Amino acid sequence: MERHLMDSKIKGVSTGTTILAVTFNGGVIIGSDSRASIGGYYVSSKTINKLIQVHDRIFCCIAGSLADAQAVTKAAKFQISFHSIQMESPPLVKAAASVLKELCYNNKEELQAGFITAGWDRKKGPQVYTVALGGMLLSQPFTIGGSGSTYIYGYADAKYKPDMSKEECLQFATNALALAMGRDNVSGGVAHLVVITEEGVEHVVIPGDKLPKFHDE
Amino acid sequence: MALSNVLQIPTSGFNFENVARNVALESLLEGGHTKTPKPMKTGTTIAGLVCKEGVVLGADTRATSGEVVADKMCAKIHYISPNIYCCGAGTAADTEKTTDLLSSNLTIFSMNSGRNPRVVMAVNILQDMLFRYQGQIGASLILGGVDCNGNHLYTVGPYGSIDNVPYLAMGSGDLAALGILEDRFKPNMEMEEAKELVRDAIHSGIMSDLGSGNNIDICVITKQGVDYIRAYQESEYKDKRQKRYRYGPGTTSILTEKIVPLDLEVVQETVQRMDTA
Repeated sequence: MERHLMDSKIKGVSTGTTILAVTFNGGVIIGSDSRASIGGYYVSSKTINKLIQVHDRIFCCIAGSLADAQAVTKAAKFQISFHSIQMESPPLVKAAASVLKELCYNNKEELQAGFITAGWDRKKGPQVYTVALGGMLLSQPFTIGGSGSTYIYGYADAKYKPDMSKEECLQFATNALALAMGRDNVSGGVAHLVVITEEGVEHVVIPGDKLPKFHDE
Repeated sequence: MALSNVLQIPTSGFNFENVARNVALESLLEGGHTKTPKPMKTGTTIAGLVCKEGVVLGADTRATSGEVVADKMCAKIHYISPNIYCCGAGTAADTEKTTDLLSSNLTIFSMNSGRNPRVVMAVNILQDMLFRYQGQIGASLILGGVDCNGNHLYTVGPYGSIDNVPYLAMGSGDLAALGILEDRFKPNMEMEEAKELVRDAIHSGIMSDLGSGNNIDICVITKQGVDYIRAYQESEYKDKRQKRYRYGPGTTSILTEKIVPLDLEVVQETVQRMDTA
């Protein structure tokens, strides 16, 4: 198995991936595929979980080296819980994103992982933040990431509308993931979607054969 | 480096002091015609699956050092705690020591807290440690166990990535074993069927991979206890020794004998009384 590791730029298991997060009227949807690969041509897991819950209403999706991403989210989960206990109130999404940004920026030489943080808080409602590889933190109404995202920039830019309804947003996210998984070889498996609103968190899983099909499939 | 007559208590954790020395040695030796011995790797096939009553782990028993089989009856299923066992692939020393460290840590934890350790705890400790060493520890592990939260099977990669899965194969023979598991795995299998499936998966790895071979070990963990079957199946290609290879005194005849006395001159004699009372 070691022969696969030599070629890849990311050592070990990588989540060559498609991840996205989109705000809608009243909440945010965060989604990802479920494939983990080694070396760009061996699928080491078809069912990896890339949507990690860092707090009650805050999720984060991971891209890059799986080991690095899991280590960072573990540390972030702890720091966010601790922060929330100290403040005696649920953390702001911006705070959670900042924790991840600090970890990524301060260890930028050693780490190879990027994140999208999305959630709902009382102060600003639904938000999406992206933390890039080197530690850049950016707030956007919607964002896509991972190796598969390059294939859906056009689709996302054209089809996104602010203030969508939950159903429209689910359709948008599902289509985007399906299109990316269709073109990117290191994205695939099932589509995981999490809908975060003030009321709670809903996890939607769409198996590969139930994904929307487009004209040449 | 400490003098040999001064006791130096070793610092905790792994010591990478000799890495620089080994690199220097290798470059010296490569210039000559000798090669440093390759570390013993468990070019291996290990597999595990979760069944209705517990977890079944399986492994082959061959350990290789380069192209030579160094150990034909190597134990690749390591004890972690009474309810958790771990199969290791990669560098033999790394898997051995990592699992030993984990086992010691969990024993201390059990004594302090009065509880049996949970599988997630073992996984988290392994993940933290392997990530800290950034892949320098070549250990790919399959961790399986039964605790109060059910039956669990985890994969831990050498860089520190983990995944919770219902069935798994690792090592150089993993692709062959995975084919068998993908074909016949069903959730909530019966125990006998599960053992046969793991046996078949390891067998496939042994047949298709040069680094795996010899016998098959199976370890079954259930709520009731652990059944570690060392050599669930012996290799049918095992050689039968033709005779006893022990040579008694007198086997080799002595042709000539030459005795050369060593003339030693006593230079100094000191007597030190030892109090043996």
